Amino acid sequence: MNSILNEFKNASALYEEEVFHDSSFDWDTANGFTLPMFQFPAVHDPVKFLREITSDSSPCKIEIAHGTTTLAFKFNGGVIVAADSRASQGNYVSTSTVKKIIEINPFLLGTMAGGAADCSFWQRELGRQCRLYELRNKERISVAAASKLLANMIYRYKGMDLSMGSMVTGWDKTGPNIFYIDSEGNRLHGDIFSVGSGSPFAYGILDNGIDYDLDVQSAIALGKRAIYHATHRDGASGGSVNVYHVKQDGWVRIGGWDVEDLHWEFQDQAKPSPLL
Amino acid sequence: MDMNSFLPIQVPWTPQTATSAPKQAPSFFPYADNAGTVAAISGTDFAVLAADTRQSAGGNYLINTRYQPKMFKLSNGSVFGTSGFYGDATTFLNRINQRLEWYRHAHDKEMSTPALAQLISILLYSRRFFPYYVRVLLGGLDLEGRGVVYGYDSIGSYEACLSRAVGSGGKMIQPFLDNQIERKTQTGILRAPLTLDKTKTIMRDAFTSAAERDIYTGDYVEIFTITAQGVNVEKFDLRKD
Repeated sequence: MNSILNEFKNASALYEEEVFHDSSFDWDTANGFTLPMFQFPAVHDPVKFLREITSDSSPCKIEIAHGTTTLAFKFNGGVIVAADSRASQGNYVSTSTVKKIIEINPFLLGTMAGGAADCSFWQRELGRQCRLYELRNKERISVAAASKLLANMIYRYKGMDLSMGSMVTGWDKTGPNIFYIDSEGNRLHGDIFSVGSGSPFAYGILDNGIDYDLDVQSAIALGKRAIYHATHRDGASGGSVNVYHVKQDGWVRIGGWDVEDLHWEFQDQAKPSPLL
Repeated sequence: MDMNSFLPIQVPWTPQTATSAPKQAPSFFPYADNAGTVAAISGTDFAVLAADTRQSAGGNYLINTRYQPKMFKLSNGSVFGTSGFYGDATTFLNRINQRLEWYRHAHDKEMSTPALAQLISILLYSRRFFPYYVRVLLGGLDLEGRGVVYGYDSIGSYEACLSRAVGSGGKMIQPFLDNQIERKTQTGILRAPLTLDKTKTIMRDAFTSAAERDIYTGDYVEIFTITAQGVNVEKFDLRKD
């Protein structure tokens, strides 16, 4: 922590001037390639300060949007990515229309779990770096490399209360790929992931229905159902289900369904037999 | 020589004993909650933003002033509303205005409202580890002339929305707006787009009602209307108690 802080302190005039890759101002385009930098409170322990002001006991509590169910799984037609759309600040539903599947570029998708601002900021930054990679190397970045860029970027802030659990998915030279990365520093390659407070419920449906040879429509239906059941049992998940399909020539958005409508739709259907 | 004899007056002084509590510096707490409510609605070709003008020293029920506007017209024709800590809000506003000016000098045009929305997100996130204690709303017209409203959390998560209410009365007004603007909780109704006049009426009702039930909302409500013709401001009375 202190080593990171010292690194920032040595950067010129941190407390006076924002060094937030502001290429529009100082005309030096090289600054546009630097990593973002942050202002810190001039206290002994900035992390302690941040924990205090975001704690329940703070008289001016800073509420950060949280809570989620997201999932991604591989099947023979590529990757299905699905997520709910609820953001809660404490007990309050601050919005029911969050886009938790982040379009990093036309070939890469990221998902949002944990702090909403952390995920959207760093994945936007990842999109910028992936574009720079394309310009430098004349080819698209692999999913493995993109997810590693993101993992390494946020690893610098480990222990500083960033909160993100994210899946980076896409289709590259090696085929469809899913990487799970989080703010603790984990980076895992796998076939099925679900992240967020509702993930245990989503895993239950997903593991039961998963089959690599699923056709596209059934795979979409499985993702939809897994998120729906998570929103039904997890108070911090809800809103609507958004589904994306990652294909060889990029991702497509399949659609969004209000879970209230899905609830009545599914109730009228015959229950699928769990032990087929 | 006794040191105390140099003092003009003998000050009663108890030496610190080992049993007394260790001295601890008061923790750094640079925030206050000045409360108040801000709400915004986006329409087909307009946006309506409103805020009450009461400023309180939240926590001890003290009213600082009855008229301190917390919404600001920006140089690009959009309107920026804040609630939370007014000191952070003014600093943040200065920073936005500075960036709008830099953009003007660099590009010889005004920044669009959607671009400003992203900029505000990044400015908020630049204080990820030392947040501005503000809840902000941005309203304006997009490049096609449609009304847009953006809602944020304190550290820069943002989205475009149909209606948004934040601040001390935000949790009271939001369900009302969901019902009246988005008509989320109504079934079998005609979903005709709202007119500007109807939107303003709904907004005014929302604030008169919030002033009845939220101790930090009151005195006056200012309603900013953004259309292709520009920004229009109206001021109405609210409860003064």
